[in-house]
Amino acid sequence: MTISGTSENIEQKNTADLCIKVENLHLYYGQFHALKGINMEIPEHEITALIGPSGCGKSTFLKTLNRMNDLEEGVRIEGKVTLNGTDIYRDMDAIELRKRVGMVFQQPNPFPKSVYENVAYGPRINGINRKSELDEIVERSLRQAAIWDELKDRLYKSALGLSGGQQQRLCIARTLAVEPEVILMDEPTSALDPISTSRIEDLAMDLKKDYTIVIVTHNMQQASRISDNTAFFLLGELIEYNKTEKLFSIPADKRTEDYITGRFG
Amino acid sequence: MRNRFDEELNSLNTQLINMGSLCEQAIRNATQALSDGDQGKARNVILEDGAIDQAERDIESLCFRLLLQQQPVARDLRQISAALKMITDMERIGDQASDIAEIIISAKMAEKGRFPKIDEMSQAASAMVTESVTAFVNKDLELAGRVESNDDVVDLMFESIKSKLIEEIGKGNDEIAQRSIDLIMIAKYLERIGDHATNIAEWVVFSITGVHEGGIDTKKLTPNGVEEGRVYASADTAKPEK
Repeated sequence: MTISGTSENIEQKNTADLCIKVENLHLYYGQFHALKGINMEIPEHEITALIGPSGCGKSTFLKTLNRMNDLEEGVRIEGKVTLNGTDIYRDMDAIELRKRVGMVFQQPNPFPKSVYENVAYGPRINGINRKSELDEIVERSLRQAAIWDELKDRLYKSALGLSGGQQQRLCIARTLAVEPEVILMDEPTSALDPISTSRIEDLAMDLKKDYTIVIVTHNMQQASRISDNTAFFLLGELIEYNKTEKLFSIPADKRTEDYITGRFG
Repeated sequence: MRNRFDEELNSLNTQLINMGSLCEQAIRNATQALSDGDQGKARNVILEDGAIDQAERDIESLCFRLLLQQQPVARDLRQISAALKMITDMERIGDQASDIAEIIISAKMAEKGRFPKIDEMSQAASAMVTESVTAFVNKDLELAGRVESNDDVVDLMFESIKSKLIEEIGKGNDEIAQRSIDLIMIAKYLERIGDHATNIAEWVVFSITGVHEGGIDTKKLTPNGVEEGRVYASADTAKPEK
């Protein structure tokens, strides 16, 4: 397991199972310097939470991990992000990257299609057309997303008729269908009720044995409940990155302590 | 929201100071009852133990409410969890002052001013209790450390009193022997009060640093499981209290 960076508050360890490595990453929206020299190593098969006040750069950072910022006007990115050793900005095309790094958003965003078609969409784009194979992928993905039992009898009904929590798990199933290595989650439970939130949290913890998960959350308790590592961002800087238990019990930086205890932000 | 939380944390500190004062008073009154041979005062110590128990319940309930409502992290969580641990030791201190009072009553100790060493030990143990709570409220790591080292002083006092009383027992007078055993037990309760104050000081260190170094020092354990330098009721048989 590896967590490292340049700051003294970022634990340094040797790695054999590193998934994503971010080196001196800067991102500018025009003149605005949104990410300032981020160095971070994200270990595989663990959940890494990104926390910080609104506008601190955590969602921007998350998007750099699958190049969702590329198409935004005026965005300039410097530095290096590697996924299992491959530079995602120089040596990988965006389609390949997004197959390997899936994303789940704050608002569930199922396609206005059937449950089945939502999940089969990605594999179809990747050239899988055989019905039996697609059936298998749909069932496996829905099972992994812990929603198969609820949806197996309504696979051909519109996904828009599902509850918010079901829609979000369907979106996770859709992400899993293309067998990514990493799942990015941008506040995936902020629009959900406590029961749906708890299901998504349980799901994330089950999924980490097969996937690496990076989650942006405003919910401190959620970060402390489900993540293995937590990174605290402030004003575009990575202030502290450590094992979650340590960061929430003995934070090394006063700014982290002040934020997580609600003294600012 | 944070202001309200800060106010409640201040109230927690105030309640801990009050509970600490009740404990200090109980120790003082118990030893006063011993040196004055005052059975009435000893009975009061037992009656007033109820106030210490009530203080424990009030603080416990405040801590549970803060855990529920504020879901504290970092130093707030350490402060509240340390307080929860500390009040258990403080409640035991109250019980031990009561135990001393019970011995005074059951042994019908009515002579005045015969035990200056026990008075001295009582003052030392009582100061440890006050200082440990002060260290918590003021987040004073140095004072907490001093409380921990003062425990050695109290332990030495116990050893010295014990040796003296064993000599008395050796004189062969049944009445003196019985009285000496009662006094050894009183000294032992005071020694345990010192241990509880040390526990409190260790939780103070935890609330400030996040590291709890209390408990048994395994490096000091002898082959029969007894910690070197630690005072037990009987070094041959006793194991550290859990």
